[in-house]
Amino acid sequence: MVRKANVKSSKPKNTSKSAARPNVPDFSAKDELNAFSEMLLIRRFEEKAGQMYGMGLIGGFCHLYIGQEAVVTGIHMASKKGDSSITSYRDHGHMLAVGIDPNGVMAELTGRASGLSKGKGGSMHMFSTDKRFYGGNGIVGAQVSLGTGLAFAYKYRGEDNVSLTYFGDGAANQGQVYESFNMAKLWDLPVVYIIENNKYAMGTSIERSSSTTDLSQRGVSFGIPGEQVDGMDVRYVRDAASRAIEHARSGKGPYILEMLTYRYRGHSMSDPAKYRSKEEVQSMRSERDPIEQVKSRILAENHATEDDLKKIEKQVRAIVSEAADFATEAPEPDVSELWTDITA
Amino acid sequence: MPIEILMPALSPTMEEGTLAKWLVKEGENVAPGDVICEIETDKATMEVEAVDEGSIGKILIADGTENVAVNTVIAILLEEGESATAIGTSAVDASIAQVKPIASENIAAEVSQTAQPVAASAVAPPFTPQADPDLPEGVEMVEMSVRQALNEAMAEEMRLDENVFLMGEEVAQYQGAYKISQGLLDEFGERRVVDTPITEHGFTGIAIGAAFAGLKPIVEFMTFNFAMQAIDQIINSAAKQLYMSGGQVHAPVVFRGANGAASRVGAQHSQDFTPWYANVPGLTVIAPYSAADAKGLLKAAIKSNNPVVFLENELLYGQVFEVPKMDDFVLPIGKAKIVRPGSDVTLISYSIGMKYATEAAEKLVGEGVDVELIDLRTIRPLDVETLVNSVKKTGRCVIVEEGWPQCSVGGDISARLMELAFDYLDAPVTRVSGKDVPMPYAANLEKLALPNVDEVVAALKAVTYRT
Repeated sequence: MVRKANVKSSKPKNTSKSAARPNVPDFSAKDELNAFSEMLLIRRFEEKAGQMYGMGLIGGFCHLYIGQEAVVTGIHMASKKGDSSITSYRDHGHMLAVGIDPNGVMAELTGRASGLSKGKGGSMHMFSTDKRFYGGNGIVGAQVSLGTGLAFAYKYRGEDNVSLTYFGDGAANQGQVYESFNMAKLWDLPVVYIIENNKYAMGTSIERSSSTTDLSQRGVSFGIPGEQVDGMDVRYVRDAASRAIEHARSGKGPYILEMLTYRYRGHSMSDPAKYRSKEEVQSMRSERDPIEQVKSRILAENHATEDDLKKIEKQVRAIVSEAADFATEAPEPDVSELWTDITA
Repeated sequence: MPIEILMPALSPTMEEGTLAKWLVKEGENVAPGDVICEIETDKATMEVEAVDEGSIGKILIADGTENVAVNTVIAILLEEGESATAIGTSAVDASIAQVKPIASENIAAEVSQTAQPVAASAVAPPFTPQADPDLPEGVEMVEMSVRQALNEAMAEEMRLDENVFLMGEEVAQYQGAYKISQGLLDEFGERRVVDTPITEHGFTGIAIGAAFAGLKPIVEFMTFNFAMQAIDQIINSAAKQLYMSGGQVHAPVVFRGANGAASRVGAQHSQDFTPWYANVPGLTVIAPYSAADAKGLLKAAIKSNNPVVFLENELLYGQVFEVPKMDDFVLPIGKAKIVRPGSDVTLISYSIGMKYATEAAEKLVGEGVDVELIDLRTIRPLDVETLVNSVKKTGRCVIVEEGWPQCSVGGDISARLMELAFDYLDAPVTRVSGKDVPMPYAANLEKLALPNVDEVVAALKAVTYRT
């Protein structure tokens, strides 16, 4: 007899008419406004980063999070202080969501002394022990084992923290992900795996890379429950995250959340994104945009006026423009930094 | 104030491109994210998006213009309430001058530096190892196998620090594939002695993640051959972590297990990984020979706040040496040991290579050659000072290792001696290593593939011009 693992698959319909969807999670006026400003900060920050990359102020690889803002925002709203996050190289949004100073992030992007890693990490390698953010990891899939290890430490010490471990649909095919799933369930570690399925692993669509495309089911053979979530709607993200985090925190072990999301820009700055149609991108932008969804609800429900939102926009712009100025004016690291922090 | 839209760089290497097509007209309103034009490089066509809200005041570079340099102002964006007359050409010129990318300044600085001697900042700060601690007077020396020494080191450190735990295949219930962890499960329980599935890549990453959060894992690889599955995590996640995080996140993991050839186990289970790990900044690499060094250095490795690769040797596990009986016997990492002082020739080795070196030294000493025998013990950081001082004294050097000759520990030491003691050398620095072949299974071939005492003796005689 085949025993069915405790796996839930609540497949969201691909509809933009969220009002017509059943079981819409509770989301207060305050939640909507918080989500709006958080997501807007990430959006504007990333646009500015893209612009600064174009100006040659940011070097190397630069992967923008534009389009996926609802994922980290909703997850963060469901977490508590002490929970850690770890992700891949598409990490700027995750850092802003956990409250890391935008100045420090932007100055790291420009490789300056006041950057989060003193200018020695760059876009893909940033950390904050203060905010329990463990990167910023450049090797696809490596953060999944590392995030599972953070959870191991919480359980070892008897702490009630949860490790929020993010990875993409591309990483979901890496071998170490499944090694980690196995041990996480074997030892019931407090980890929530958040698969940000933006449909493309660099330029390869999920259909062209994955034998099964419902990534929420990837934990079935390990007995790890999973859900597919509308990752463009912050309400559904927070709702599912609350369930998953509670599951992990209460000692029941890992949980998988597959976030169906979309990145508007290319994989990195140098990607013209010719592997998908303009219409596909345009329809996501005009019908599913996570920020526009929140904005239209706020206005429809009279949570705030158009003028109130303009004020928020202005504040966000001021933060971003200050970060850009800070990151442009900060000095490069002292040459002596070449030889520091190699060993303790 | 009008906003200048600049020709963007779309990759780290782009310097110029063609402005293929404008998708907006002067006077048109745009919002952030709207595509305003397409630019082409030799690699791709890219869309340029508006970053700010406003109306297109003026298009300065026409459709189809080729070789537009990165950071040229291509259009002016007017914010709400501004008119096109606000655009002054002087403002545009000024902006071109201002947004010069810092990268070009850096290149200029580098070029000017290359004309001069190497900048002080480009030279590694010197490494000065600590000397071994003096043993207390009258300390009792006890006979102990390397296996027992390693076992005691782990047990002692686990008693001292609750954050230290052991994980690996068969370390707990089975008591260790090579019995290094014998008895630890009984004393410390399954929370701190963790049997893992056969899944090196995964559990190595888990150990490193646990170290990020403040634990001090000891990862036992049944043998280092299997650590190849996990080498990405050891190098990319552990070794580089402190540097990439600007000193914030430590990865204090000890990766330990049997390294090098065992006996008749063939190519996939017989190789010395020392040079692989010793190549990587951020790692500490230790490869002890004696039981005392195994104990004192493993304790140091566990206490260290750095990732340490601790390379043992299966054939040495049962070898017995004298170990001082002390509560907390710790040796300094990075200090080579002069096992036998001498004045005629320096003989350097590490791990099981010391076995061949010791026998060869005894033989030569019997023939009246005063050999100085040095055990490296730590490969990274390397105690260059001790090696150079020795060669300055003897003028001759032979290096013995079991691993392959190319890009080897011996090759590296040889280069350093030429750089730092060239004028003192009376003979070419000579290496004795494993042969440059995958390890064969057949007994006779395996014997040939490994270094042996006769080869070391021959090398010592050659550099001292004896026959």
